[in-house]
Amino acid sequence: MFVLHVNGEAHSVDVPADMPVLWVLRDIVGLTGTKFGCGIAQCGACTVHLDGQAVRSCVLPISAVGDKAVTTIEAVGKTPTGQKVQQAWLDVDVVQCGYCQSGQIMSASALLARTPNPNDADIDAAMSGNLCRCATYVRIRAAIKQAATGKIEAPQTVPAGAA
Amino acid sequence: MKAARAAVAGEVVAGAAVASATAAVDTGVDVGRRNALKLGGLTVAFLWTGARSAASAAISARRQPSDAAAAAADGNPAFAPNAFIRIDADGLVRLVMPNVEMGQGIYTGACMMLAEELDVGMDQIRVEHAPPNEELYSMPLLGGQITGGSTSTRGHWGVLREAGAVARSMLVAAAAERWHVDPASCTVARGVVTHEATKRSLGFGVLAKAAATAPEPAKVVLKDPKSFTLIGKPLRRVDSADKVVGATQFGIDVKVPGMKIATVMACPTFGGKLMSVDDTRTRAIPGVIAVLRLDAAVAVVGEHFWAAKQGLDALDITWDRGDNADLTTAKLREALADKSNNGTSIVAREVGKKPADGKLVYATYQLPMLAHATMEPLNTTVWITPDKCEIWVGTQVPTRCVTAAAKITGLPEAKVVLHNQYLGGGFGRRLETDSVEQALHLAKQVSYPIKVIWTREEDIRHDIVRPMYHDHISAVLGDNGLPVWYGDRVAGGTVLGRWAPSAMGKDGLDDDTVECAATVPYDIPNLKVEWVRHDMPAGLIVGWWRGVGPTHNLFVVESFMDELAHTAGKDPLEYRRALLQKNPRSLALLNLAAEKIGWGKSALPARVGRGIALGEPFGSRICVIVEAEVSAQGEVRLLRAVVALDCGVAINPSSVEAQVQGGLLFGLGAALYNGITLKHGAIEQSNFHDYRSLRMNETPLIELHRIDNLESPGGLGEVGTAIAAPALANAIFAATGVRLHSLPVNRALLVQNGGALKDVVT
Repeated sequence: MFVLHVNGEAHSVDVPADMPVLWVLRDIVGLTGTKFGCGIAQCGACTVHLDGQAVRSCVLPISAVGDKAVTTIEAVGKTPTGQKVQQAWLDVDVVQCGYCQSGQIMSASALLARTPNPNDADIDAAMSGNLCRCATYVRIRAAIKQAATGKIEAPQTVPAGAA
Repeated sequence: MKAARAAVAGEVVAGAAVASATAAVDTGVDVGRRNALKLGGLTVAFLWTGARSAASAAISARRQPSDAAAAAADGNPAFAPNAFIRIDADGLVRLVMPNVEMGQGIYTGACMMLAEELDVGMDQIRVEHAPPNEELYSMPLLGGQITGGSTSTRGHWGVLREAGAVARSMLVAAAAERWHVDPASCTVARGVVTHEATKRSLGFGVLAKAAATAPEPAKVVLKDPKSFTLIGKPLRRVDSADKVVGATQFGIDVKVPGMKIATVMACPTFGGKLMSVDDTRTRAIPGVIAVLRLDAAVAVVGEHFWAAKQGLDALDITWDRGDNADLTTAKLREALADKSNNGTSIVAREVGKKPADGKLVYATYQLPMLAHATMEPLNTTVWITPDKCEIWVGTQVPTRCVTAAAKITGLPEAKVVLHNQYLGGGFGRRLETDSVEQALHLAKQVSYPIKVIWTREEDIRHDIVRPMYHDHISAVLGDNGLPVWYGDRVAGGTVLGRWAPSAMGKDGLDDDTVECAATVPYDIPNLKVEWVRHDMPAGLIVGWWRGVGPTHNLFVVESFMDELAHTAGKDPLEYRRALLQKNPRSLALLNLAAEKIGWGKSALPARVGRGIALGEPFGSRICVIVEAEVSAQGEVRLLRAVVALDCGVAINPSSVEAQVQGGLLFGLGAALYNGITLKHGAIEQSNFHDYRSLRMNETPLIELHRIDNLESPGGLGEVGTAIAAPALANAIFAATGVRLHSLPVNRALLVQNGGALKDVVT
């Protein structure tokens, strides 16, 4: 039995010690915003925060988490940085299929929390572990810069309500 | 840009040249189908299916026999004038999407077309996945309820706007009758009908019931493009808000009460079988529920994915590796080359004769098999009970899945309920039903719902791969260095021949194999384009891959155009210009791209080069210039890409940009890294470490420049991918002088000299 602290709530889960946090979140806790992409930390779709640090939950056994706080895409918007990132993602309209975007947003939020004004090299270093098969990278870069500076970095989409 | 559009719009009212963009639409006119005749390749192939089969249906703006039943099953809205629009009494406008959303933005585009003519705001609508229903949701260019081939927008353009206009007209009629006024004196905005003279207004919800009894108008007038309020604006996607907070439900996220989770391993070789399984160790793993056997696969069912995966890994499986046990890529290549050289061809197009005189230029190009590697691994959730089969899956072919389920379960199709989901990428992989069929066979063995999830390894090892190709291309140059004849002898497998055999053309031609080769943008007086069919060994099935025929042929044709320019001693830009004098639309794109990148304006650093590629795939036109640097060690770095695009009406310029950027990078990544290879009859690649994908740090600057006009919209989901590889290969040639005749890029060929590999690379 493990106690996993997810998004401010404690969950008692009866799972094997080697079970990756990804599957505890998805199949036991029921939070499916965190995605399975590769299972070997190659794609970043499963990225969550562990005490604010971006980690690949597909290779993180639950026994290694201890008391650390897990934050997922469902709750990252409650942090000021996460909220800014999600808003920039909307303003630049980053997503296509959207499957990798939970992980992208988690990596970007962790980057901005640590490096509030990242340059291109910072973005490359923080984001190159997150694959996007739709290849939305151009807009991801623009959205991270916009979230950081508040300055419009790319042609903005028009929100539905304004149409 | 706006000025140009307005000027063209002025002509539209009087002229018939752009009839589909404006003016009156008569009942029953299917604009999409009419336009399809002018388009090529995949769409034409499927159009033939439609023409041959009287039963083939297509989306219609008008009431259909099964509308009432479909609406009743969809919450029984007060007003459901056609298959796409539901208006409830509380005023909620629900739009049913005939295609599936896999990232290409079609939900947003389709909503914009419907909402434009219906006169509702994009924030006032709710989007719904269509149920499987061939009669109501078949695509005119494909002859089925299928999302693929960059056909959706082209198929929607006439129909969905008309559908919106029909609904609007009936709502206005209901209001006008209530107020005893002329319908023409009413206006509509944001879901409210207003009679200005008497200051009366009523919302769609209040009018819905009466509108349902109003007669369907025989004729509706579509908006003049000048009056568009939505179409042409860079609107935010309708699915973005949920996707950025992790709330969107993809197939893999489905939860059904009592559901268990399975993962599966199929025989690694194509056509192999399961001989035996020892599951002793598996059954001892906590959380494992069952081990299920199929003819050529084993699955483990668990309380959660981890138990299933641990259980699968613990199985001791013996496979009968079958007839393909010794198959290798080299053997496949050898057989294909032999067929290419000695096989009988089918002539796709022949104009004039090959001249006896002139300079003959000749090259052979080879393209690899490719996997799709959608971000969301394949998965299907199935629940079979004695009198019902329920399926939850993200698929590009919902009705094909229903047909497969009926066959496998023995239930009538009416007892199969399919809930389509958002797709975490498609790229053609979800045009297949193999994973759904497998899940059905597994679900038949248990009494509870199961979600079958393929691991990434399974997803790549059992991809239905893009065919490999072996093409001989040649040209005869005249005295001025320009081609007077061009010949392309394509050899490879057929996807269409398996996937839609009835759509095969004259003499057994698969049009897709010569798409963008049989017709080129250039003025070349004589040509011969032929295809040699070469089927892969039994069991090795080939499938559609983003960009289909054009991705293959544009690499060959556009690389070869550069070879011709080089042979003729001409600049590749000037060479193409000379051949485009009768093609002003594409010439304008070439000139625009060249101007924006500053072609020839300044010398580039050593081992940096620019490559041009131009094509007219999917009813659009595109020119890309890629700038790349090749290190002394042969590594390729993408520096910049400039794109010039003519896609006709850009429904949503934001989506257009996103598709072109993403599609281009998808194609560049594949050209740089991807090739599926076989050893001992099995695919060697297994995950993203050995089937690489482009990453953030490798992404170049991409600029998109559009030439706007009022031509019918072209496809966009694949144009960037189709044009990527030749632009890259031509840039590499410009940087190094090395012509790449095969993909993916072979870095060994690009090493500067023998000493370069000894240098310390920092």
